[in-house]
Amino acid sequence: MGMRTTLGCVRGLGSSNDGIKRWLSLRLTGLALVPLTLWFVFSTIGIIGADLVTFKAWVGLHGNPVLLILLTITMFHHAVYGVQEIIEDYIQNETVKVGSLIITKFTAVFFAASCILAVLRLTFGG
Amino acid sequence: MAHGNRPLSPHLQVYRPQITSILSITHRMTGVALAGSCLFFAYWLTSATYGEAAFANAQSLFSSWFGQLILIGLTFSLYFHLANGIRHLFWDAGHGFELDTLRQSGWLVIVFTLGMTGLTMAMAYAVGAG
Repeated sequence: MGMRTTLGCVRGLGSSNDGIKRWLSLRLTGLALVPLTLWFVFSTIGIIGADLVTFKAWVGLHGNPVLLILLTITMFHHAVYGVQEIIEDYIQNETVKVGSLIITKFTAVFFAASCILAVLRLTFGG
Repeated sequence: MAHGNRPLSPHLQVYRPQITSILSITHRMTGVALAGSCLFFAYWLTSATYGEAAFANAQSLFSSWFGQLILIGLTFSLYFHLANGIRHLFWDAGHGFELDTLRQSGWLVIVFTLGMTGLTMAMAYAVGAG
């Protein structure tokens, strides 16, 4: 402690005040993923071994494109929050930690965007 | 930023494994596996936009013995993470912290996971064979 003020001792160790939002987001996306993943599993059982024509028909069928896009957004969101929690728990080195977090987020956004575009292209042709 | 000699929690090795701790670490491990599987999902979907051959290639990869093994593992992971996630939501709402309830809900998660994985596999192989 020495000459440091009590404020100086605790600064940088406390709440950053955005924890609640992340805490809630992880749980809300988790809750939304319960019906979405169950739909995905049982719906894809029906197209096991499908060729491209059958697959395209499935992607564009009724509400499937909407559910696929919702699944993509929620799933990648939940995955990033979950992996972020693990990275922050286990990686001590600040540089490695921040680097891993950036890679995680960039990778997720890239693949999520690719998935959404793929669903749109398969639904509307092209 | 003040860092350095902050207290560490006791290392895992000093604890006797219990259903609570086993399920807790399994939740994280299945979570990591499922996060990784998002990339398989992306590969599968986007391959279809590259044409017949690319999609057929993806389909044959997932239906190979190794692909099937991965998908079975992911099915197990999904059901476990889903059931144990619901268990977490109950805790967040302040319920189910009594030791007996903890063990019972833990066993319920295990039974649900194995049952649903078995059911899904049975349905998938019935469709796959037909």
